[in-house]
Amino acid sequence: MSDEDDKGGGFFKRLSKGLSKTRGSLAAGVGNLILGEKVIDEDVLEELETALLLTDVGVEATDKIMASLTPRIKRKQLNNTVALHAALADELKALLAPLEKPFCVDTESKPCVVMFVGVNGAGKTTTLGKIASHLTAQGRSLVLAAGDTFRAAAVEQLQEWGHRNAVEVIAQGQGADSASVVFDAVASARARGIDVVLADTAGRLQAKANLMEELSKVKRVMARDDASAPHEVLLVLDAGTGQNALSQLDLFDQAVGVTGLVVTKLDGTAKAGVLFALAARNPKPIYFIGVGEGIEDLRPFDADSFVDALLGNL
Amino acid sequence: MFDSLSDRLTNTLRGLSGKARLTEENIADTLREVRRALLEADVALPVVKDFVDAVSRRAVGVTVSSALNPGEEFVKIVHAQLVELMGEDNDELNLNAKPPVVILMAGLQGAGKTTTVAKLARYLAERQKKKVSVVSADVYRPAAITQLQTLAAEVGATFIESSTDEKPLAIAERAVATARTQFADVLIVDTAGRLAIDDAMMAEIQSLQGALQPTETLFVVDAMTGQDAANTAKAFNDALTLTGVVLAKTDGDARGGAALSVRAITGKPIKFLGVGEKVDALEPFHSDRIASRILGMGDILSLIEEAERKVDKQKAQRLAKKMSRGKKFDLEDFRDQLQQMSNMGGVGSLLDKLPGMGQLPAGVADQVDDGMFKKMEVIISSMTPHERRYPDVINGSRKQRIARGSGTAVPDVNRLLKQHKQMQKMMKKVSKKGGMQKMMRGMQGLSQQGGRPMPRRR
Ligand SMILES: Nc1nc2c(ncn2[C@@H]2O[C@H](COP(=O)(O)OP(=O)(O)OP(=O)(O)O)[C@@H](O)[C@H]2O)c(=O)[nH]1
Ligand SMILES: Nc1nc2c(ncn2[C@@H]2O[C@H](COP(=O)(O)OP(=O)(O)O)[C@@H](O)[C@H]2O)c(=O)[nH]1
Ligand SMILES: [Mg+2]
Ligand SMILES: [Mg+2]
Repeated sequence: MSDEDDKGGGFFKRLSKGLSKTRGSLAAGVGNLILGEKVIDEDVLEELETALLLTDVGVEATDKIMASLTPRIKRKQLNNTVALHAALADELKALLAPLEKPFCVDTESKPCVVMFVGVNGAGKTTTLGKIASHLTAQGRSLVLAAGDTFRAAAVEQLQEWGHRNAVEVIAQGQGADSASVVFDAVASARARGIDVVLADTAGRLQAKANLMEELSKVKRVMARDDASAPHEVLLVLDAGTGQNALSQLDLFDQAVGVTGLVVTKLDGTAKAGVLFALAARNPKPIYFIGVGEGIEDLRPFDADSFVDALLGNL
Repeated sequence: MFDSLSDRLTNTLRGLSGKARLTEENIADTLREVRRALLEADVALPVVKDFVDAVSRRAVGVTVSSALNPGEEFVKIVHAQLVELMGEDNDELNLNAKPPVVILMAGLQGAGKTTTVAKLARYLAERQKKKVSVVSADVYRPAAITQLQTLAAEVGATFIESSTDEKPLAIAERAVATARTQFADVLIVDTAGRLAIDDAMMAEIQSLQGALQPTETLFVVDAMTGQDAANTAKAFNDALTLTGVVLAKTDGDARGGAALSVRAITGKPIKFLGVGEKVDALEPFHSDRIASRILGMGDILSLIEEAERKVDKQKAQRLAKKMSRGKKFDLEDFRDQLQQMSNMGGVGSLLDKLPGMGQLPAGVADQVDDGMFKKMEVIISSMTPHERRYPDVINGSRKQRIARGSGTAVPDVNRLLKQHKQMQKMMKKVSKKGGMQKMMRGMQGLSQQGGRPMPRRR
């Protein structure tokens, strides 16, 4: 993603363009706070609370964040809105900074197997296609495994991404056994010395025990020839998701052991504030964010710019 | 589970004594809990604010009895307000126009539009004997057209070809002409997902609506959506004349507060729910069900439906007949009931779905677990058929034998017999007047009788 500086207005512009859309209400709320450099009163705190809630931070996490600021306000360490804003930004960054982690496919064993999981329509296949491009740009060899054997035209959709990336797609068609497709893809990659296998899976709602069991089976089968596979299990999360994201992470983690997150559709008005709640509850690296439907619309997650974009302080 | 809304509300109303009139002052904390509950269910904050104000207006002046369960009474007020806001159930699709009548889909990426097209096509063909054609104007998402083609074949709708080289508007206009030559009653036009702030894409769908003059423009929204439901619903409603909403992916564990947000912001009825990935997974919308779900009160109707599917109907009917003939509920019947219970996914899943479980004193539900019921089953199985039919014959030595046979102790057998007696009484009442309510109260009694807590399984 290095040559992006000179296309489409440059990387930073694109990033801030993508993320500026995530500012919205929180920015407005906090913007008011800064402008006035007012003393902190009930109204200011309520405004702040409102701003957090509006981005899907959730009541519990919002309460926690607010509670962490109150003692300092009481002790007058934070005595105006500018200081409060800075403290909030620090607080939020501290929550997410540990989750920044480069996505790395250097594993002892070859191929490195990456599995994409998530609820229906979250953006798994698209993210897989974008990550394929990211990895080919690094000179990795890849195959894509069409593990979504359920949804209509899921295979054709992945094949189109294979075509865009000039990468082979291993598929058996709709109705085939997902685990066996993925197993074949891994075996074939191993035989040919391919670096990475990106395995798509069918979207499923985490509360459906039978579908989650099926997913665990896909994972178990991957480990048959190489106990360390899959090396990454990426949970793809739609930025528009509300508090259900907590249950998504809990149950997908339980079923297949999530190793990292990708947050999609951050080019819209959704802010994904639920990430703060997720970070507090079950911290997982956030490798990428999705900021569009195109192949290049993928960014490494950066806690500072995420929080700054959220707070409107870029 | 003990975090249930009515428990929480009861806590905030604990200060009330005797018959108390609700005032703005004494319900302030309660309203805060309501606000919290709605936010946890993902209702958008501006909608929550208006809603809480409305609940306050509705509640002030109401008399509640602290002896009863003021929390439960308050939940009823909240529930009623939710149902009212959600509006009349309305799953009618307006097909009053010269055929082909056009239905246009709109929504964000991945919401469930294409799947819903197939579900609606099937619904219209089966329920209303309509001849349905479908077309995809999604020239952006890879294989979107093929996806619709596959689904159309599955539901037997006529698929009108389109290609990614064409402009969506051209596709739509051509499709209307084609559908007319096919003598289709209805043409459903699928569109690409789009973000509300994508001006070019919003202009595109506006032009589609202008050209197609659909009788229905359905906004499809994902039940897992959070606060953004408000922004998105507003933008789509401003850009288009929406006629209804489809709430997709309600088959998961999302509380679905987006339903309230979208309804409040657009004022448009939610017509259907998507309840699964398959093409038959479409249900008419019922405001009372969604209201219960948003409040985390469980969904009694879906529980009943599930029970109907899983319970052995013959056995249940046999029991009902027996009861109505004034026969006694014997230990054999008791065992059947225990088995039915585990058929339905165990007590845990039952309790989770039942509203009013908040009335259970804390700790009790912990004792009601499947292990306990298994144990009861084993004890009954260690009895002779005669003992099962005539429990009164079970004396001290029989009890010892039964305990030995079931690997339990005599007090366990005693407890089971006592529980059976209670159940017997309860069944008598139920068979007289019927009603889940009583049954539930009976179950509570049963679990309170449980005495010594059984080890929890999970
Ligand atoms: N605007 C935007 N759209 C996205 C992004 N990521 C994915 N999408 C779109 O979201 C929709 C669903 O994406 P898919 O990749 O098909 O999602 P999926 O999780 O594979 O879906 P299923 O396999 O059907 O469960 C498509 O229309 C994508 O183009 C993103 O970052 N931004
Ligand atoms: N579980 C469940 N999945 C659904 C439902 N409706 C759609 N889906 C799935 O959600 C994903 C996106 O749906 P699709 O119709 O392609 O959405 P579109 O992008 O809006 O056209 C697909 O995997 C569908 O199978 C539903 O009601 N329940
Ligand atoms: Mg997919
Ligand atoms: Mg679609």
